[in-house]
Amino acid sequence: MSPLKRIAYFFGLPVLLIILWWALSFGSTNFFVPKPVELAQTLWTTWIGDRFFDDVLPSLGRLAVGLFFAIALGIVLGLLIGSTRWLRNLLEPLLEFFRAIPPPVLVPLLMLLIGVNDSMKIAVIISGAIWPVLLNTVEGVRAVDAVLSDSCRSYGIRGFARIRYFVLPAVTPQIMAGVRQSLSIGLILMVISEMFASSSGLGFTIVQFQRNFAIPEMWSGIVVLGLIGLGLALIFQFVERRVLHWYHGLKEITHDS
Amino acid sequence: MSTQRSAAAGPKARALGLGISGIILFFLIWEATPRLGLVSDRYLPPASEVLVRLGQYLGEAAFWQDVADTMTSWALGLFIATLAAIVVGLIIGSSRFLRRATHTTIEFLRPIPSVALIPLAVLIFGTSIESTLLLVVYAAFWQVLLQLLYGISDVDAVANDTAKSYGLGRLARVRYVIWPTALPYLMTGLRLAAAVALILAITAELIIGTPGLGKQIALTQSGGAISSMYALVLATGMIGVLINLAARIVEKRVLSWHPSVRGEVVL
Repeated sequence: MSPLKRIAYFFGLPVLLIILWWALSFGSTNFFVPKPVELAQTLWTTWIGDRFFDDVLPSLGRLAVGLFFAIALGIVLGLLIGSTRWLRNLLEPLLEFFRAIPPPVLVPLLMLLIGVNDSMKIAVIISGAIWPVLLNTVEGVRAVDAVLSDSCRSYGIRGFARIRYFVLPAVTPQIMAGVRQSLSIGLILMVISEMFASSSGLGFTIVQFQRNFAIPEMWSGIVVLGLIGLGLALIFQFVERRVLHWYHGLKEITHDS
Repeated sequence: MSTQRSAAAGPKARALGLGISGIILFFLIWEATPRLGLVSDRYLPPASEVLVRLGQYLGEAAFWQDVADTMTSWALGLFIATLAAIVVGLIIGSSRFLRRATHTTIEFLRPIPSVALIPLAVLIFGTSIESTLLLVVYAAFWQVLLQLLYGISDVDAVANDTAKSYGLGRLARVRYVIWPTALPYLMTGLRLAAAVALILAITAELIIGTPGLGKQIALTQSGGAISSMYALVLATGMIGVLINLAARIVEKRVLSWHPSVRGEVVL
């Protein structure tokens, strides 16, 4: 495909949609629907400046800390539970139950236990985002190749080396699949924890705009959340490609033969 | 003979026994934590108290009304999202041009967290059920659509060409080639969407205040009825488990002809 054609495919539909939106909202005075130019201006004036440092950055910081602990704890606990059979049998039904609890209901619960502060919001993110990583890791450890596992044993590879060079690489595809789910759950929980109980942060600000009928500002907040979601997805894609390049390569080879 | 069978059933029975003792152990720790004063029982009531409250709830008509409200928005939202995703997915998936042209737009819209739409939902629909539906449909739609598109791109080119040279039209190919290939992916999407739809239904009730279990949780929390709140959280967890189980059973039923499921039975 020629580069020109590729660019046309990449930008064609989005540009078409924006033109359509612009044309439809051109003469309209509908209070609820902002015009594209107006929205772009609002986006700039609303979010660049003090609000970026007071609301957006702290929210992102909490999200990053929460996700980091959720992923790290999920992998460590998952490796531990997955490689110990009795522990796995003991905890599996319980973990399935915890995963099934819709994470947003933990907001009022943790608010009681911890109070309304940053650690509550981080705890909410951890307690919701840990399950996909944890359960996928457990599942992955259980499904490691039996022949490879036996080979490791006969070569005397055990303990930390076994985890570092055999278990962890074998489980990484599953872990990454879990991380992908965790990212979107973490973002949802970041917003909800701020909407439910907070006086600052992205979620709080957007609800505040809506209550004051600041419609273009509200829309711009939705766009900011969308951009954060997109940014997370891009970072994930980048990391996944680096971490799993051997896996994708392997899949291509086996697919071709 | 009987010893042989019990030996075969042994590991499974032991796993089940361990699983049950895990749950009992959890409730014992929960019971002990407030009783020993590690956490004040004003914030964490003992397990027994919460379980008794949950038992009372099961006999209350108002509780079942809330469950019905939550499940209605869940089911309706999931249904609309699935239907829309199947229609859109089959249209986009059946043409290479559309698949390429919509790629960036889909990749841009998909990561927008559906909770970002909460203010919009409140503005347009207030606290009626439509608010919940908007969030549920948006979140569930992408799960199903993406899996379906993966599935369609997995269609065997040789099979498709064979069908073409045997004179199967576009519709017939969708029915006999694309649909069976994409169905396992569709079921995966449906399973993911079912869980996400419950999360968003409860979220909408919790934050916006549309009727349902989530709203009750917010009310009991602000009203200080703490053991009621814990009982409701347990109830939502049980609904979640039931939905996961049901989704897996449906998946197995629908795909009973598929090698991946048939293989499990043989082994």
